[in-house]
This record gives sequence, C-alpha cells and structure tokens, in this order.
Amino acid sequence: MTTATAGDPPKRTFKISKRYLPYLLSLPALLTCIGILIPFFTAVAYSLQRYRLSQPWAREYNWGANYLNFLSDPSFWNTLKVSLTYAFLTVGIELLLGLGIALLLQKRTRFNNFVSIMLLMPLMTAPALASLMWKLMTNPGFGILSYFAELLGIEDMRWASDPSTAMLTVVIVDVWVYTPFIMILLLAGLRSLPRQPFEAAELDGVPRLFVFWRITLPMLTPFLLTATLFRVIESIQQFDIIYAMTQGGPGDTLTVFQVEAYLNFFQSTNVGRSAALLMILWAITYFLSSVFIKNWLRLRERARGEA
Amino acid sequence: MQSVSTLERVLRGIAITVIILFFMFPILWIFLMSFQTNETILRVPPSIFFEPTLVNYKALISGRLEGSTATLEIAFMSNLYNSLFLSVTSVTVGLLLGVPAAYAFARLKFRGSEDIAFTLLSFRFAPPLLVLLPLTIYFQQIGLADTYVGLIWVYQLIVLPLILWIVRGYFEDIPADIEYAYRIAGHGFWATFRRIALPLAGPGIAAAGLLAFIFAWNNFIFALVLASADKQPVTVGALAFITASGINYGQIAAGIILSIAPTFALALYAQRYLVEGLSLGAVKG
Repeated sequence: MTTATAGDPPKRTFKISKRYLPYLLSLPALLTCIGILIPFFTAVAYSLQRYRLSQPWAREYNWGANYLNFLSDPSFWNTLKVSLTYAFLTVGIELLLGLGIALLLQKRTRFNNFVSIMLLMPLMTAPALASLMWKLMTNPGFGILSYFAELLGIEDMRWASDPSTAMLTVVIVDVWVYTPFIMILLLAGLRSLPRQPFEAAELDGVPRLFVFWRITLPMLTPFLLTATLFRVIESIQQFDIIYAMTQGGPGDTLTVFQVEAYLNFFQSTNVGRSAALLMILWAITYFLSSVFIKNWLRLRERARGEA
Repeated sequence: MQSVSTLERVLRGIAITVIILFFMFPILWIFLMSFQTNETILRVPPSIFFEPTLVNYKALISGRLEGSTATLEIAFMSNLYNSLFLSVTSVTVGLLLGVPAAYAFARLKFRGSEDIAFTLLSFRFAPPLLVLLPLTIYFQQIGLADTYVGLIWVYQLIVLPLILWIVRGYFEDIPADIEYAYRIAGHGFWATFRRIALPLAGPGIAAAGLLAFIFAWNNFIFALVLASADKQPVTVGALAFITASGINYGQIAAGIILSIAPTFALALYAQRYLVEGLSLGAVKG
C-alpha cells in the first residue's frame, strides 16, 4: 500500500467512501431529524416560558406555570374533553363501519374489488376540501342534507353552526373520509387469514356467528389493533376537518388540541400556552405511537415471514 | 336453507347500496353542482335535472368570477399550479434523498441508524403544529418565511419519513445474495444499487412516491401556517374562496372538483400501489 501505483488512489478513496457511505447516504434523513428536533426542543422551551408575541418584553421562564394553570383552567378541560370525545366517536364508528364493509366485500369478486376501489375515493379527498363539500351540502339555504332533514321532520337543522349538532357534523365528515382507510386495512387482513380453520368449521357445521366471534375476530385482532391505534393517534390531533368547517366554533364547542393551540398562537398570540397545549398532546400521541410502532413492526415481520 | 340465503342476499344488497350511497353521494352531488348556476342550485326542492353549463369552470380558468353583485378576481388557477408545483418538487426531492437513505438503512447497518429511523417514524405521528409553530419564528429570522424553498423543506417532514419507511421494507425484502453475486462479478457499489436494488424495489418506490404525492397534495396545515396568498395550494385557497362574498356556489363546487380530480385520477390509475402503500407494508394484500 506504500507504493503509489496507478491503480491505488481510486481504491483508497473507495475504502474511505465506503466507511462514510452509510452516513453520506443517510445525511438527508439525519438533517430532517435535526430539522425536527430543533423546533421540537424550541417548543419545549416555549412551553416553559411566559411568552406572548404582543408583549415580547415580558418574556421570561416561568417553568411549570403554564402547565399548572391548566389544572384550574376550564377551557383546557374543555379542550381535553372535546378532543377525547371526537377521537372516541370517530374511531368507534369508523371501526364498526369499516369492519362491516370489509366483511361484506371479503370475497375476491370483480364487483367487490370495484366497490372497494370506489370507496377509496373519500380517502383521496383532502380533509379540508371534504369539509368544504359537506359545508355546501349542509348549507341552511340550499344544502341537500338540510333539505333531507326537513323531509324527516327536523325543521331548521343548522348542522355545524349549532352547538348541539356541530360535533355530529364534523364526526360525519371524519367518518366519511377515514372509514375507507380502516376498511382497506381490515380487508387486506381478512384476505390474508389462513383458510384451514374456516374450512374445518364449515365441514363441522359450526354456526357462522360462532365462527365470527371465535375464529375471525381473534385472528383479525392484530389488524384491528393497528388500525385503531393509527386512527386514534390521528383523530386526537385532527385539525383540517374542524378548522375548515368551523374554526373551532361555534364558541368553544370544537376547540380540539391543535385548533386551540393554533388560535392561541395566531389570535391571542400566547405562545407559551399554545406550546404547553401541544406538549400535552405530544405526550399522549407519543405514548400511543410507541405502542403502535411496536405492534406494527411485529405485524410486518409476520407478514414477511409468510410471504 | 335456500330461503335464508335469498334473504341474506337481499340484506347484503341493501347494505352495500346504502354504503355506496353514503360514500359516493357527496362526490356526485358536488360534481352535479359544479355544472349549475346559482338559480338551479338555490331551487327548492332540489332536483338532479337541470341544464348543465360550463360557466363555473370557464370563470375559474379565466380567473374572473362574475358574482351576483360584482366581478371578482380570484387566482384559483395559481392555487392549482402551486399545489402541483409543491407536490411534484417535494416528492422528487423526497425520492432523490430518501431512496438512497432507505437503502443505507436496509443494507448497511451502522451506528445510530435505528435511532434516526425511529425518531423520524415517531415524529410522523407527532402533532404537526408542535414543529410548525417554532419553525414559523425561525423561518422569519432566516428569511425562509413564505418562500417555495421553505415550504418544500417543511413538506419533507411528511414526505421523507413515508418514503424511508416504505422503501426500506422493500429493500430488506430483496435477498442480499443477489447483490453479493453481482458485486463479486466485479461491479461497484453504485452499479449494484442502480441495476439490481433499484429495479427490484421498483413497486415499493412507486407506492411510496404515489402516497407521498397524495399526502403532499392534500396537506392543509403547512401552507395555512407558512404560505401567503400567492403561494397557497388549493386546500388553503379553496377555504378563502368560500368566505369571499358574492361568489356563486357552483364556482366553489367546480373549484373543489378541479382540486380533487388529480388525486382521484392518480388513485384510479395506480390502485395496486395505493393499497400496498396505505397499509405501509404492514400487510401484503
């Protein structure tokens, strides 16, 4: 290696580049990581400060005060309640509906495949635009759904602008957009189940309801768990649908975490409170997503083993 | 037995019809609305019979909206262009940077690789505003606020993790022996990557690219926080649209149809990749 022949230099550079190659290739990923972590720790710092954009001179660390204030702050508890209600309602309905549709479309027929592709279209719609579509349909003046409500005897249904039906309206939009996601995941799960237990049960004449509860459902559990966790994580931080529909209103009926944080930051310019809200939301999603990732990786390992 | 299965078939038929109605009706209704004038839209009772007209689309494309009281200039076409430009560049940048990185994560185990991969994955599920709000302040300081470069950078926060995790799975599925054999035959690292690994992971790269494009196109919050009117994509632009006074409802409907058409067309064209991508490789459907 000491003699510098003609062939040596390229070989040496290759060796050097080989050692650093992984780092060079993953540099963009590393930079993105840093690009995420810097704002993240900045947000942690903001959440520990008294920081209003309108009063920059009064900015100082107040340590846990933003979080402590939440304990006696009814609007924080409202945010928590609205977010949990939203997540619980949307994911619950989507799970039941998605499972039902997946069971209906389970057989691989040309018609079923066509329907499942058609049902994917709401999922392809931007959630913010989906809200606009439903806004046009629930307009009290000419909305087709307001007309249907009237036919059913409900006079003057005001949908998202009435506090008593605002939650219902955004939940319907969420169900419309995201049920297809659960459906497609469970359909793939159902179709990947081994045939033998079902054939054996059919030969023995086991009732179909029994087969569903004792064979289908237990075998589908990992898929159900993955779909549920994934949707809960997304649903609890829903912003697009709610902001596009009512911007959190009427009043504080729909001020879920991210909407409340957005309004705190841009309207009341209270950066400290906004960041503290987001940190609490982050803690919830971090816990859920660590469970989700573990579960998902195991599912992927299994799918790979069988493939 | 026969009667039970007939009853069941009828019930199944009804259930499927109701489901298709619920999920397809809004799209169909808005589509019909986009070919109507305010007069037919405001008619009571509503009817699906009307004289279709293209005035709404013409108004959007020319950028001059003839409202009930005045003529309004709305640059909807530039919103559409922004959406296209932002999504295409973000996905291109994401693929150029993400695919080699995914290969490194899959093949070359090195210190810290799992930490990077997990950080990216776990922040994929974190609230976007948590990163966005501090970024708006930083972007103002370094002059990236309200620029395409800044937006494309932020779009990488969703595009890159998606590409990394999907494509990595596909690279891991390729038996390493094929690549070793090719290397032993005297080919270099890059040649192996280009001629063996890339083509074999092709479907995964297509699925990841397609999904990343749809996510970028449908994104709302990034541009809402970071972009001013002339850089806004359709998702944010359409919202401003509905609050503008004197607009015909048919024009809003036409705007929505034009905004969702590209993702619908892509989804129909590449359904197979879509289903694979949506399940994030968790299930091979």
